[in-house]
Amino acid sequence: MDQLFLVASIIAKIIVIVLVLLVSVAYLTFFERKVIGFMQLRIGPNRVGPMGLAQPFADVFKLIFKEIIIPTASNRFLFIIAPIISIATALAGWAVIPFDKANVLANINAGVLYSLSLSSLGVYGIMIAGWASNSKYAMFGALRAAAQSISYEIAMGFALVGVMMAAGSLNFQTIIQAQSGGFWHWYWLPLFPLFMVYWISGVAETNRAPFDVAEGETEIVAGFHVEYSGTAFALFFLAEYASMILISALIAILFMGGWLSPFEGIPLLDPLFAWVPGFVWFLVKTTFFIFCYLWARATFPRYRYDQIMRLGWKILIPVTLVWIVVLSLAIHFNLPPWFG
Amino acid sequence: MQRLLRLIKTFSLWELLLGLKLTGRYFFARKVTIQYPEEKTPTSVRFRGIHAQRRYPNGEERCIACKLCEAVCPALAITIEAEPRMDGSRRTTIYDIDLFKCVYCGFCEEACPVDAIVLTGYADYHFENRGENILTKDKLLAIGDKFEPQIAKDRATDALYR
Repeated sequence: MDQLFLVASIIAKIIVIVLVLLVSVAYLTFFERKVIGFMQLRIGPNRVGPMGLAQPFADVFKLIFKEIIIPTASNRFLFIIAPIISIATALAGWAVIPFDKANVLANINAGVLYSLSLSSLGVYGIMIAGWASNSKYAMFGALRAAAQSISYEIAMGFALVGVMMAAGSLNFQTIIQAQSGGFWHWYWLPLFPLFMVYWISGVAETNRAPFDVAEGETEIVAGFHVEYSGTAFALFFLAEYASMILISALIAILFMGGWLSPFEGIPLLDPLFAWVPGFVWFLVKTTFFIFCYLWARATFPRYRYDQIMRLGWKILIPVTLVWIVVLSLAIHFNLPPWFG
Repeated sequence: MQRLLRLIKTFSLWELLLGLKLTGRYFFARKVTIQYPEEKTPTSVRFRGIHAQRRYPNGEERCIACKLCEAVCPALAITIEAEPRMDGSRRTTIYDIDLFKCVYCGFCEEACPVDAIVLTGYADYHFENRGENILTKDKLLAIGDKFEPQIAKDRATDALYR
């Protein structure tokens, strides 16, 4: 009986997380179009529903009712399975994200490792899609995605090593607790280069502008999903946006203190904001980084392919290596206030 | 020294931050979108939209079937056939404009000696069936009747500059 109740509560939690996530993805597309529109002096979609708020649902219904075209020369099985891999990994990553002090689906000890591996697995969806489509553009997109993820995974991993060293744990809750003490105690400050590296490689990892060479509309049409239509395309879209939110949430957790209040330890503000639940802080931080995604997309032109490789191998990885050494010295000598 | 400065500039992401600042400023700037069906940009009195045939104030159609418009039309979009009417005046029996051929150059309007064929300022039209692209004489006259006040006003305003 207890077992049954446990399983039921876990399933209920999963359903809540996935539903909330899907709705946020739907509204993230809307938010993106609005933000980019605003930055281009336009007003963005405003026709469907009040203030255009029903726009994402119109888009979803359009995609659902479209035909899924499977190219004759494609590998049917892989073609169908690729978007499923993408979306599955993007959603599964949310299992270890702590939303609050007590609210986390799976508070596993190797949470960082789990999320790192799942975000890396996501690229298999893209690679398989590109291969199975049997189209040269899709193939190029897949190759680019593969090469890019290999080069950025390393920098990303090293950035995470820094966080692990600082917190002394792979568990997300422990990492967040280790950052307690207010805004200036969060890891973004002592680990600033790693924070930037993680952010840049996170953008590259999700194939978003300015690192969106895997789909690069102006170069290879739509890259890996050029042959996809209807729901299959919607799944790729969903996966991309879900992993955007995931990366933003991870940055909020690893470098911005997750659900911790920024006013912790400040005499006047701390009691003033004590009633705000941790979930809200987490949401605010995540939203900020999502906004940064869109901001970057509206601002920067796409990197050339060799520039991406140069940035990954010759700049990000050396920077992380240097900072890991600096960090280990800081930890060794118990540099206050972070490692005191 | 130069290299060091450049290195600092590169690693502080200075140029990128400048770019972000620019788009950030534009984010809050006033938006310039015209909400089309509700709002429209002002058009010139010389705007060349859909065609119309005008009438004299007494209701008589202006066109005298001189076929100058047919001759001048660079896209060969105009087809005219004419016959003497019962009262002996020469009038068109067929006056068709194929809107798929028309390039809206306005030469027909320039060529017309009696200001019969004109291009109105109206451009919000579409076709839903085959054959609707052919503007017959009846349709042209109907459009003319509908937009006559605007047509007359536009011509009067423009007359100063001609």
